[in-house]
Amino acid sequence: MFGKVIDPERVERERATPEIHTAVRGGREGAGARPKFAGEAVFELSNVTVSYDGVPAVADVSFDVYRNHITALIGPSGCGKSTLIRCLNRMNDLIPTASVEGTVLYHGQDLYGRQVDPVEVRKRIGMVFQKPNPFPKSIFDNVAFGPRVLGIKDDLHARVERALRRAALWDEVKDRLGASAYGVSGGQQQRLCIARCLAVDPDVILMDEPCSALDPISTGKIEDLMRELKQDYSIVIVTHNMQQAARMSDRTAFLMVELDAGEKHRTGRVVEYDETEKIFTNPSDRRTEDYVTGKVG
Amino acid sequence: MSAPPPAPPPDATAATVPPPSLTIPRAPRAARLKDLAFKGGMLACLGIALITLAAVLVQVFSKGFGQLDLNFITDLGSSLPDKAGIGSALVGTLWVIAVCIAFIVPVGVASAVYLEEYADRNRWYNRFIEVNIQNLAAVPSIVYGILGLAFLVRGPLSLGHVVLAAGLTLALLVLPVVVIAGREAIRAVPPSIREGSMALGATKWQTIWKQVLPASVPGFATGVILAVSRAIGEAAPLIVVGGAVYLSFYPSGLGSDFTVLPLQIFNWISQPQEEFKDLAAAGMIVLLAILLLLNAVAIWLRNKYEKNW
Amino acid sequence: MEAGTRAPGEAAPGTPVLGAARRRWGEEAIRLSLFAAAVVSVLTTLGIVASLLNETIKFFQDVGVGAFITDGDWKPLFSDPQFGIWPLINGTLLVTAIAILVAIPVGLGSAIYLSEYASPRMRRVIKPVLEVLVGVPTVVLGFFALTFVTPTIVHDFLGLDVQVFNALSAGLVMGIMIVPTIASVAEDAMSAVPGSLREGAFGLGSSKFQTSTRVVFPAALSGIVAAMVLGVSRGIGETMIALIAAGQIPNTGLNPTQPFETITTFIGATAKGDNPAGTTGYYAIFACGMTLFVLTLIMNAISIRFVRKYRQAYE
Repeated sequence: MFGKVIDPERVERERATPEIHTAVRGGREGAGARPKFAGEAVFELSNVTVSYDGVPAVADVSFDVYRNHITALIGPSGCGKSTLIRCLNRMNDLIPTASVEGTVLYHGQDLYGRQVDPVEVRKRIGMVFQKPNPFPKSIFDNVAFGPRVLGIKDDLHARVERALRRAALWDEVKDRLGASAYGVSGGQQQRLCIARCLAVDPDVILMDEPCSALDPISTGKIEDLMRELKQDYSIVIVTHNMQQAARMSDRTAFLMVELDAGEKHRTGRVVEYDETEKIFTNPSDRRTEDYVTGKVG
Repeated sequence: MSAPPPAPPPDATAATVPPPSLTIPRAPRAARLKDLAFKGGMLACLGIALITLAAVLVQVFSKGFGQLDLNFITDLGSSLPDKAGIGSALVGTLWVIAVCIAFIVPVGVASAVYLEEYADRNRWYNRFIEVNIQNLAAVPSIVYGILGLAFLVRGPLSLGHVVLAAGLTLALLVLPVVVIAGREAIRAVPPSIREGSMALGATKWQTIWKQVLPASVPGFATGVILAVSRAIGEAAPLIVVGGAVYLSFYPSGLGSDFTVLPLQIFNWISQPQEEFKDLAAAGMIVLLAILLLLNAVAIWLRNKYEKNW
Repeated sequence: MEAGTRAPGEAAPGTPVLGAARRRWGEEAIRLSLFAAAVVSVLTTLGIVASLLNETIKFFQDVGVGAFITDGDWKPLFSDPQFGIWPLINGTLLVTAIAILVAIPVGLGSAIYLSEYASPRMRRVIKPVLEVLVGVPTVVLGFFALTFVTPTIVHDFLGLDVQVFNALSAGLVMGIMIVPTIASVAEDAMSAVPGSLREGAFGLGSSKFQTSTRVVFPAALSGIVAAMVLGVSRGIGETMIALIAAGQIPNTGLNPTQPFETITTFIGATAKGDNPAGTTGYYAIFACGMTLFVLTLIMNAISIRFVRKYRQAYE
């Protein structure tokens, strides 16, 4: 339906020779293989390392993110989850000291290719932040900002209404679209940010701990929203709330911090990536088990 | 039941210190007086400053109030105290300040945006620009007059002693005020707003133009008002640039001879006739009233648009 | 819920259009023009230096550095001109010294009171009032010096036999003008002293007087010195008060009841925009301006050095 450019020869090559991208140090035998699942991959990460000023914050990440799935990144704080997710829409470009190695393929194209425009990237890959950050404008202008700025010419009002409906916020704000975005509650502000993101019709939605600043009721509403959204979008979510990951996501990647031998630097790595159910009930790696059962972290 | 107090150790020295009394005595009288005298002294210092300010205002009002009438506002300059008024000076001030604002707003906003959003602080030339702006704020205003004389009135631009030269001279003088206030306003916009905008696919300039600048307009406006308040009261640089002693006509354009309110006041003070001193005081009342109005607007702006991020 | 439809003509995700990174020329152009605006300030400084330097050199070619320093009198526009800068410096220093003698106690006293004794409500009321003092144009202060301080305060109240134009009135009023500068920088420095230091002193039983003078003041010393240096710099550069109240007669000595001419006063009195260019008198204006510029720049640099010291101490 959505024309994705698949290189059939490349897919053949991968099936013939399973590539072993060692994403895990130690662990049990056989756990070093890159997890492969059925389904269309939206992102394919290979040996991705993000460094600040030369110091790797998250290293050697390799896994795939699939279409119309919710992929969760979990792990103790400081393990590089936010850094990793910001790679996917090139927000790390905004940090002068950040550098990215490895390959991130988006529908088969190199996201960091020399010809690629980060602005185009962000049109297709949207982001919702940890603390709701509505603009100091009206509710309508917040949602309309993206389409206006990107020069999308169709009926703005219809687009805004559609986005607010999809974000399950329309009924609550339809009578006060001109009111300041700061006048609504935290949970509503976050849904407004989601609507803002939806208004440009992205392909992927990245969520960096979207509920951590919200109360449980708002959190529940947003989780319901995410379940609906995944029918049309692919979602990657960073969360430190394990139960949320277990409830919501289809696939989960567990990251952990390691102290590099000899150096003082803490680097995050992906320990395990698998179906969520498996991660939480029968993980392959001992460290995953320790984390999800609450023994560590 | 309370336990008996512990017995002193057997080999304690005989001359024991008596236990501290439970009543706390007042501080000795001398110390209390010293404290009070010091506080009084400091308060007196503060009082001197405040009383002087009051005295200045009283002096100006008492001498000048009698001269204030509609004729005073509209009359042109003249060598006769009966006929003289601040009309030409007021119009001159309006012209000169208009030129000043027309310059400091675009250049000030652009400089502030560059320094806050684009400049890489590790580059030497950007740090130089920053230090430079701070140094310029400390240069005496009359030196700016000399700058205007050498470059604008004479020298490369050779505009002559006209409104345009005066306005540009004042603009250079007060530009740092706008840049510094503007930078603070830009800095106050939280990074999360910029991130949210960029994450939607906006370019850096779109983010600045549509998010950062609109949010920092009140700060810039306050800066411009502060700059204008400063510029309106300046006489020294405009003396050097060639403001007229009195103008018997309303300044009519950018190329016209000019005088401004503080200059007119100064010229009147310098006249031998006593009546001119009263006229000068009346002019000062007008000047102070304008400044008061400007500052009230600035405070109103700040309170109305104060953003709670 | 409807599936994510797209408006006609809009690129579907995943299509290779990701590639078109046209190197946003607009953004570069904007960046350059903003840089140009920021450079205006640099051009201003360069302009100041260039204008002063050029004519100052011509002045020294005519007059010679030796005469500038050692000539007994400053009479550049007379038919038998003298170019000794000393009387102007004498005048500037005398007026500024009187100003500082007033401004330091009043300014520091105000600062100490506001920082150590005043309630927050009082501070909220008084600080803006001090700011008003900053906003009063210097012509008004000069007028005040001439028409009130000289006859009423100095002549009647203090009983001094003083001329209409004298350095004393100008110095006194200039001192009050400088007070807000000194007070705000000093108060800044004292507020930066952590409360824990004060509490330590109080906990040992010292009075407010002792705490202020023995703990807070020494701790804020570098900031207070910065305030004083800044005040001196402002005094040196101030024109109108001296121009109106101190007279335009170059003078030497320390008798403040006489008129004195300062560097700024000379410039203000002489440069009226229509001096014939190319005369030595014209160049004298620039030589004086150069002296002024260098002096205030040095003072500013010293003051910044001290400010940095007290800021660093508590960060």
